Amino acid sequence: MSDLAVESADERVKNVSLISRLMKRPELGAIAGLALVTIFFLFTADPKMFTLAGILNFMTPAAQLGILAIGAALLMIGGEFDLSVGSMVAFTGLIFGAAMVTFDLPLYAAIIVTFMAAAAMGAINGQIVIRTGLPSFIVTLAFLFILRGLSLVGLKAATGGSTQLRGIRAEFEGSWLADFFSGEAFTPFFYWLAEAGWIDTFKSGKPKVDGIPVDILWFVLLALLATWVLLRSPFGSWIFAAGGDSNAASNSGVPVRKVKMYLFMFTACCAALVAILTVMDAGSTDARRGFQKEFEAIIAAVIGGCLLTGGYGSAIGAFFGSIIFGMVLIGLSYTNIDQDWYLVFLGSMLLIAVLFNNMIRKRVTGER
Amino acid sequence: MTTPIVEMKNIEKHFGSVIALAGVSFSVMPGEVHCLLGDNGAGKSTFIKTMSGVHKPSKGEIVVDGQKHVFESPRDAMNAGIATVHQDLAMIPLMSITRNFWLGREPVKKFGPISYFDHKYANEVTMEEMSKMGINLREPDQAVGTLSGGERQTVAIARAVYFGAKVLILDEPTSALGVRQTSNVLSTMDKVRKKGVGVVFISHNVRHAMAVGDRFTVLNRGKTLGTAKKGEITAEELQDLMAGGQELASLEASLGGTV
Repeated sequence: MSDLAVESADERVKNVSLISRLMKRPELGAIAGLALVTIFFLFTADPKMFTLAGILNFMTPAAQLGILAIGAALLMIGGEFDLSVGSMVAFTGLIFGAAMVTFDLPLYAAIIVTFMAAAAMGAINGQIVIRTGLPSFIVTLAFLFILRGLSLVGLKAATGGSTQLRGIRAEFEGSWLADFFSGEAFTPFFYWLAEAGWIDTFKSGKPKVDGIPVDILWFVLLALLATWVLLRSPFGSWIFAAGGDSNAASNSGVPVRKVKMYLFMFTACCAALVAILTVMDAGSTDARRGFQKEFEAIIAAVIGGCLLTGGYGSAIGAFFGSIIFGMVLIGLSYTNIDQDWYLVFLGSMLLIAVLFNNMIRKRVTGER
Repeated sequence: MTTPIVEMKNIEKHFGSVIALAGVSFSVMPGEVHCLLGDNGAGKSTFIKTMSGVHKPSKGEIVVDGQKHVFESPRDAMNAGIATVHQDLAMIPLMSITRNFWLGREPVKKFGPISYFDHKYANEVTMEEMSKMGINLREPDQAVGTLSGGERQTVAIARAVYFGAKVLILDEPTSALGVRQTSNVLSTMDKVRKKGVGVVFISHNVRHAMAVGDRFTVLNRGKTLGTAKKGEITAEELQDLMAGGQELASLEASLGGTV
């Protein structure tokens, strides 16, 4: 009998080539897309786009979107959506700004308060979804409006009628912690590179790029962390399981509710991080911060190979998906093409990505 | 005669005014396949749900290894060594075989304060356990969705046995399978039995039951119609018991053989 089984396992199985192995990786689509977009701009755009300064120029918006997209990707793999992340950026931006300007808290306290508020809002989202069993789409859609509204009302209360809160920069100037959340990192290294003649400099000898924006470092760090969690930790397995089949997962002893709660809280904290980074960069916060970012984050996650139905996807994919976004958004200004093609591109990419993902999923599960 | 691993004594289960089980006794010996047969609505599902901790019996007691147990949840039953492989398997098609095999019980390795999923060890054990069951995997990180129904059953069974099940309840494992896959699952049950695990095989297919069963218990309308050993009863007699009487006899004659 066992001979029979061995035979049946082998007789119709072809050797798996490296290519078909790669074809099964969720991030394949995003990498292919990035290659295509890069080739497109190499031919159409001003060569300045691919200098160091040009690359950092499109990597910064990519990083700000990407931090949200990584949160969205993990949550989506866990089987839920969060449409409120864009509004969450505005809301946590308000909390952060008000904590420093209105309540005069030091930077570290403001950061802690902001993350705690975000985690609490994420937990509320999560609890409602888990306890009621309602689709997260509807629950977080409600919070999209609630949080945007609260940001408007809160800003007016904090400023006495304006929807923009200014004067934040003065509050954190000189704080040692500020360097982790604003400005550029590795500046001495870049000066050294400039002196050695490795990178472009202004006439004065000052390098054109004097460091890597911290947004990009956070983005890379989070992408690595999220990928490690998904691929190398037990919790990663639980995320896939919660999204793949929450019943089967809880039958196997996975604490599905907890997993989903943590994911909602993590996504909200990603939004808070973006809020802190962008508010400190601008020195002010306003009610339109993060507008429509929820959709862009979800699109970046889908381009990165996440299935809308959950249980499949990757954080590295979302990483590349976000870079595609930044590249096109900024890249078009290096070409003669009308900037507004950006939106057309956005929609088309989403459509192609979904079709592509569907195909990949069928390959993975062996469906025909 | 050895002592049974699990003994269910005079189990009754009432749902409001409905009497689903009216005093069912049932035991599982180590290393036997005990078939639980019955037509739809006979109470098979209610009975095994009682055994696996989903329902609490209204009356009667459950004895595991000579000790009386009250199961408050399926987890209690699992801790007592009773594992259930459900019809709708606890398998996640998009995840790899290894991840499914270890789901909820991932092996970790420590690197300083960080503990991580030990994929190498997990893959090795999965490959080994699966090949013991007669399935040689091409790669342990292929998705469960690529396996056939019979192979998925085997993964679920191998997992339960690996994690120390003493009694394995298989709820209609062959009902959705083709002939070849069915025989694979039946041979898996035979391998599990040889390890000394007691198997409860729920089915309404007499031929599948006769192929591997050591003992047969027939349920009808919430009662046992008795337990027979292999060789004491024929397939036809079992079939008649399940159908609850003679109605089937005339039908069977016109169909020309065992249904």
